[in-house]
Amino acid sequence: MSFWKIFVLAIRSLLRNKVRTALTMLGIVIGIASVIAMVAIGQGASTMVQDQINSMGRNIVMIWPGAASSGGFSYGGGSSTTLTVEDAEAIRREIGSVRAVAPVIRARSQIMYGGQNWVPQSMMGTSPAFVDVRDWNVRDGSFFTEADVASANKVCVIGQTIAETLFGSDSPLQKTIRIKNMPFTVLGVLDRKGTSAMGQDQDDVVLAPWTTVKKTLQGSAFSNVDQLLASAHEDTARAVEEVTALLRQRHRLGEREDSDFRILTMNEMANTATQTSQVMTLLLAIIASISLVVGGIGIMNIMLVSVVERTREIGLRMAVGARGRDILLQFLMEAIAISVTAGGIGMALGVSSAWVISGVLKWPAAISAPSIAIAFAFSCAVGVFFGFYPALRASRLDPIEALRHE
Amino acid sequence: MPLIAIEGVTKVYHLGEVDIVPLKGVSLAIEAGESVAIMGASGSGKTTLMNIIGCMDRPTSGTYLLDGRDVSKAGPDDRAALRNRKFGFVFQSFNLLARTSALENVELPLLYRPGVGSAERRRRALAALDRVGLTDRLGHHPSQLSGGQQQRVAIARALVTDPAVILADEPTGNLDSASEKEILALFSQLHAAGITVILVTHNPDIGAHAGRLIRIRDGRIVEGA
Repeated sequence: MSFWKIFVLAIRSLLRNKVRTALTMLGIVIGIASVIAMVAIGQGASTMVQDQINSMGRNIVMIWPGAASSGGFSYGGGSSTTLTVEDAEAIRREIGSVRAVAPVIRARSQIMYGGQNWVPQSMMGTSPAFVDVRDWNVRDGSFFTEADVASANKVCVIGQTIAETLFGSDSPLQKTIRIKNMPFTVLGVLDRKGTSAMGQDQDDVVLAPWTTVKKTLQGSAFSNVDQLLASAHEDTARAVEEVTALLRQRHRLGEREDSDFRILTMNEMANTATQTSQVMTLLLAIIASISLVVGGIGIMNIMLVSVVERTREIGLRMAVGARGRDILLQFLMEAIAISVTAGGIGMALGVSSAWVISGVLKWPAAISAPSIAIAFAFSCAVGVFFGFYPALRASRLDPIEALRHE
Repeated sequence: MPLIAIEGVTKVYHLGEVDIVPLKGVSLAIEAGESVAIMGASGSGKTTLMNIIGCMDRPTSGTYLLDGRDVSKAGPDDRAALRNRKFGFVFQSFNLLARTSALENVELPLLYRPGVGSAERRRRALAALDRVGLTDRLGHHPSQLSGGQQQRVAIARALVTDPAVILADEPTGNLDSASEKEILALFSQLHAAGITVILVTHNPDIGAHAGRLIRIRDGRIVEGA
């Protein structure tokens, strides 16, 4: 019998039992839909984490002061005051693998404009290199200059959130805001950066020259920093090595002494996050695959029942000239038609539910062509695998016995 | 040369430790174009004999020449092809596919014949339904047809392959007497048209209808061989 004849035969048999066929499909539909939706959501989450990490700036190297200790008593991370703006200068001067480096000094203060006030999540003193390091440009106006840093001018650059909160639709440029009751001129507004990997609104930010923050806001004469942000050219690992060596030398650390700073690259964080989400995706896919197998067993179950129920039909087909192979192919084709149709419906359902879920959770859904292709191939395989045994049983029936079956 | 030549055929079934021997050495020759009734009580071996004639089953020993060819050792696929080309089966319980139109039921045997396209299948099925006088019931499902009509669909299904032999096992066993008359008349027509008709029955009235009567008892032919 030709493939087409067998196909038509199988479809007709299935249409004769529409409700049963639909219910049999349900398992595979749910299985395929959940595989596709789960993988899409998992990969979407992974992409989102990746994007957020990339929003920190490409090839970024972060350096924090380490824990200061005295007499074996540690004061905790960040308590050391040995990491300074001069270190940043030295890195910029001496290390070729670093593209740019900026100091970060954190402050927290209320800001006011007109009758409104606001406490930004993040207030940082830094240098103009910040723009390069964080890959974060000014949208309106301009960033402050090295001259502003040198003379500790009371100028600042603000993020989108603050621009919208304090100024609404007005332009904030050249307006004066008050930080700790001191007037600061707004020079520029930064591009929108969105939520960070830690869930922080990165646009809720005020940037000012580090000198201004240190001297004017904190009243400190020292130049120690809360963080140094460096951006490597390509080879972040080499940059980390060179920066570590330079800082250890500058801080006069002996070979056996621990570093008084911590250094971490965004790539390491990105790798950790990617691995985590890959494991999650894999787990989701495995759970979904189990439901696919359960669906396959459902097909086998129904096909076995169908073979018993249609024993007389099989006997008749054999009596009028069907060979065992014809019967085998017919039942196999029925199983495959069920699973492939179900696979198609499941795909549509999976893709649409991925869209809905991503819409509700505000996650991007990464519906990948490979996951759809694999799911489809898998549903065909389920049909062949779980349809073969019932089909084989059908094909081995004795026509005389089969015709006598009640 | 006879169409069907059976020589010393036995059939033994092994059921656990018990051997059942429905045929204990049967010899029989049927010429092309004959009308034969095989009669016997239930358990006499008449159905087994019909199964062997129809290539549904193989004899345990003895030879069976169909059209001069020894088919007693034919494998399952060969026998399937022989059933498709040489025989048309009519059963007591009709054995039509439920929820399937009369036309599709009649087309069924041609599905298993290589090289017959859907247009030819339809044409031949329509011709067969015309021969049994059911052209007005093409789209009806078996449940929408009377018993007599269902059996006529089954006869059309047997005719659609242009078989040499129609094998009917108690074809009127499930029918009322009016339908029985119709069906027997139909068989007479087919016989008149040159088809070999073999009826298996335990009903003497039907046996009397046939051109030749073969009586079988306890696995042996007692009359008409």
